[in-house]
Amino acid sequence: MGVSVAYSHVVGVWRSFFPTVSLEQIINLHKRFKQLSGNEDTISRENLDSIPALATNPIRKQIIEAFFDKRNQRQDEVGSFHEIGFEQFLMVMSHFRPPTLKTTEEEREVMRREKLRFLFNMHDTDSDGTITLDEYRKVVEELLSKSGAIGLEAAKAIADAAMLEVASTNVPHMEPDEFYEGITFEHFEQILKGLEMESRMHIRFLDVNTTTMHCGK
Amino acid sequence: KLHPTSLNFLGLFSLPERALLLVLVLVFLQGSVLPLGAASSPDVSHQDKTDNHKVEAQGHNYTKKAFPVLSIDYHYIQTPFEISLWVLLASLMKLGFHLIPRLSSIVPESCLLIVVGLLVGGLIKLAGEQVPPVMNTRLFFLCLLPPIILDAGYFLPIRPFMENLGTILMFAVVGTLWNAFFIGGLLYAVCQIQPDNPSSLHQIELLPCLLFGSIISAVDPVAVLAVFEEIHINELLHILVFGESLLNDAVTVVLYHLFEEYSGIGTVSVLDGFLGVISFLVVALGGVLVGAIYGILAAFTSRFTSHTRVIEPLFVFVYSYMAYLSAEMFHLSGIMALIACGAVMRPYVEANISHKSHTTIKYFLKMWSSVSETLIFIFLGVATVDGPHNWNWTFVTVTVILCLVARVIGVVGLTYVINKFRIVKLTTKDQFIVAYGGLRGAIAFSLGFLLDPAHFAMREMFLTAIITVIFFTVFVQGMTIKPLVELLAVKKKQEAKRSINEEIHTQFLDHLLTGIEDICGHYGHHHWKDKLNRFNKKYVKKCLIAGERSKEPQLIAFYHKMEMKQAIELVESGGGVKLPAAMPSTVSMQNIQPKKPPPALPPERALPQLSKGREEEIRKILRSNLQRTRQRLRSYNRHTLVADPYEDGLNDFLIKKQKIIELEKKITEMNNYLTVPSAPPDSPTITRARLASDPQAYSVKPTSDSVPTIQVDLASPQSPDSVNLMDEFRNARQPEQDEDRGLMMKPPSEAKGPKRPEDAEGAKDQQRLMRCLSDPGPSADEDEDEPFLP
Repeated sequence: MGVSVAYSHVVGVWRSFFPTVSLEQIINLHKRFKQLSGNEDTISRENLDSIPALATNPIRKQIIEAFFDKRNQRQDEVGSFHEIGFEQFLMVMSHFRPPTLKTTEEEREVMRREKLRFLFNMHDTDSDGTITLDEYRKVVEELLSKSGAIGLEAAKAIADAAMLEVASTNVPHMEPDEFYEGITFEHFEQILKGLEMESRMHIRFLDVNTTTMHCGK
Repeated sequence: KLHPTSLNFLGLFSLPERALLLVLVLVFLQGSVLPLGAASSPDVSHQDKTDNHKVEAQGHNYTKKAFPVLSIDYHYIQTPFEISLWVLLASLMKLGFHLIPRLSSIVPESCLLIVVGLLVGGLIKLAGEQVPPVMNTRLFFLCLLPPIILDAGYFLPIRPFMENLGTILMFAVVGTLWNAFFIGGLLYAVCQIQPDNPSSLHQIELLPCLLFGSIISAVDPVAVLAVFEEIHINELLHILVFGESLLNDAVTVVLYHLFEEYSGIGTVSVLDGFLGVISFLVVALGGVLVGAIYGILAAFTSRFTSHTRVIEPLFVFVYSYMAYLSAEMFHLSGIMALIACGAVMRPYVEANISHKSHTTIKYFLKMWSSVSETLIFIFLGVATVDGPHNWNWTFVTVTVILCLVARVIGVVGLTYVINKFRIVKLTTKDQFIVAYGGLRGAIAFSLGFLLDPAHFAMREMFLTAIITVIFFTVFVQGMTIKPLVELLAVKKKQEAKRSINEEIHTQFLDHLLTGIEDICGHYGHHHWKDKLNRFNKKYVKKCLIAGERSKEPQLIAFYHKMEMKQAIELVESGGGVKLPAAMPSTVSMQNIQPKKPPPALPPERALPQLSKGREEEIRKILRSNLQRTRQRLRSYNRHTLVADPYEDGLNDFLIKKQKIIELEKKITEMNNYLTVPSAPPDSPTITRARLASDPQAYSVKPTSDSVPTIQVDLASPQSPDSVNLMDEFRNARQPEQDEDRGLMMKPPSEAKGPKRPEDAEGAKDQQRLMRCLSDPGPSADEDEDEPFLP
């Protein structure tokens, strides 16, 4: 197949990060990429916006933004792209791979931190390394946006309560006039450690050992 | 009443020994009363009575007997009395076991109960009387089993269950089939190759063996629950073994009926096998359908119960029981119907019913299932003593060995296949626990009991073997599983309270993964789950949930539930003692609010004081709330319930909250603190309210005073009045508890802010409090941070 020749360089990039992926899966993703981009080499925000199924998703803006966020490319850059190519697309998708039986404990730790970092970047919209109360409020508001309007009041209260919880778990002794700046990545890790992110945050078809599903339309 | 210290000689014994003595006395009592009742046969007495009545009706020609001042008529009350006695025995046993400290940690309760049953049965037999047929199959299946299953089904953690449904089904269906055929087939082979020529075992044909195999192969939910409840393993393993024990009921039912039908005839054709498969689908899906229908009916009914809150729990119980009975009527799987009913109705019913009804349902289900479970194990012991036994060494030992072997092979084989499709793979440790946790119990015994002795000559041998297997699994496996879990360092259940951050991120993850799947164009199970949720929200919730609650998003519902829980805990704890400093958190709302520029205050603010205006405001609010509290305390009536916050509507609630937030802002600006000491972890009310086995229960961590507590410090320590107040509160709590008939519910909005200490105590002394508040702020800075009460 002439196809595999064209993809071999992509496979090289992919394999350097996680050796256990099949060519078939990459080909599927590439097909989808081409579909989304209208056969171009890059996709822009508008391409992703136009996916009909995403319309009902309350956090679609954040999801789309995550694809264009430079911080998710594992290269210590900050800012965002205007358009992304297939490699960047793959890089973002790689955050959703599941652990296998052979994954060791340290590798699981690394995976968990990576996925938590992805989530953190989604919340931390101004890239300053902390999630402030306003940013967290925004997150909760977006979550509740599509569920009808019980009101911004409830969203604010919930976000405040959540922030309070983070603060009291991580910094239990605070003077009354001290101010908790925002949730740092360490605190974020701490409060979400019960969720076992490495097994929860995955997309099924990225698991090598399962039978690969095809990316539909 | 037998108060231990009132009888002098009992003072010689320590508490555990007293408890043991009590236990023995009760066992003896039970053993002696029952034969007494059974001694005179009920028929004779009935005949006597009718004769008497006839005689009296004929006329007053007979000589008048002296009017009986005191007479005993045991037969009138015999059946209910005996039932109550059994239930009482069961409950007292349960009490007794927990009084003896070390025993309950070594031996699981189920073992102890079986031993008690053996003792009681033994006593009855010693007394020479006939043991009452307690393990009556109808009694078991219609009265004892449903409460346990309903309790399990209603509180089934849906999320992990659904996530692992494939695995559970594999174990339940394929695993049970494998067990049945393996055990049945090999038993037949062993029976045939018996060396003694006219061995009784030669008569056993293949089909009865397979029937026996199918009876003994099913993992029993009662036994699993009883044992696993005490070992607290992680959620995944618990749900795997427990789910399997529930879902294999369908397989057991079909296999049992299939083999029983055709055992007489002796052959099963391929057509019958095929029909068996169809029957299995009908039984399983039919059971679930029946349960779901009744569940929806219950949910719909609960929509209209806002004016008759008292009977709300009844609907839940009756509809579920009817689902079970309806399924049993068609020979469908009653257990699956019950589970489906409970699981389907729960989200809607909980949104509709009052908080009190929810508590009632929870407590009643736990109570009934607990008593049922205890009774089942005791009866198992009694029936063992009673039952006609036919001990055959070969048969029994081979059965036990085969059960173990079949289970291990089955689990290992199935896991190998399942792991290909699972994301979170099952490790060897997991497999071991799943295999080891395959306990057999009373269901197997009852099914064996159900066999017709006319068709099955070897029924007694079967029963003996079944009992041996049950004893083996419950005693040996039940007792050793706890140390094995410790030894293998299997992950235990996380006791942590579900935090709001986790809830937010669970929801966030759901949406994120659905979005990613949509971007990839991959219709994975997130996609379908999302679709189902949207369908649920759009149509189903509108039908089944009353009023405003139908539109409430899950996150907000969770948040309100949490707030309510915290408020109730605070009220119940009374805010008496400041907790020992495990991790007292002094973080409060003002720490996270972005700092506003300080209001332009005069520079000499060394001693901030409450201005008269503000003091008046606070006083007014406090007074009005205290009055309301007092009114609630007085007007209690058996048929009316305290006002439920949700009945007032969410809007009211939110308005109240807004007021509190504004008030709190004003107070923080004053810089004059009032502290509410947080809930002590061991307050008896809290322990009472907390149910260990309730998955929904929020266990109170010592740091329970985080979220969304608004810390308001009580005024200066040096004021003698304020000290008295705290003592007053503590003293005031004692008589309060007598008035407290049930959960005193106050809307959480009123439990916030400075009103908390007062609401919590129902303080009668407003005056002292006023003086407290108008005290100048603490003059010496170091006093501020000291714990208020040591």
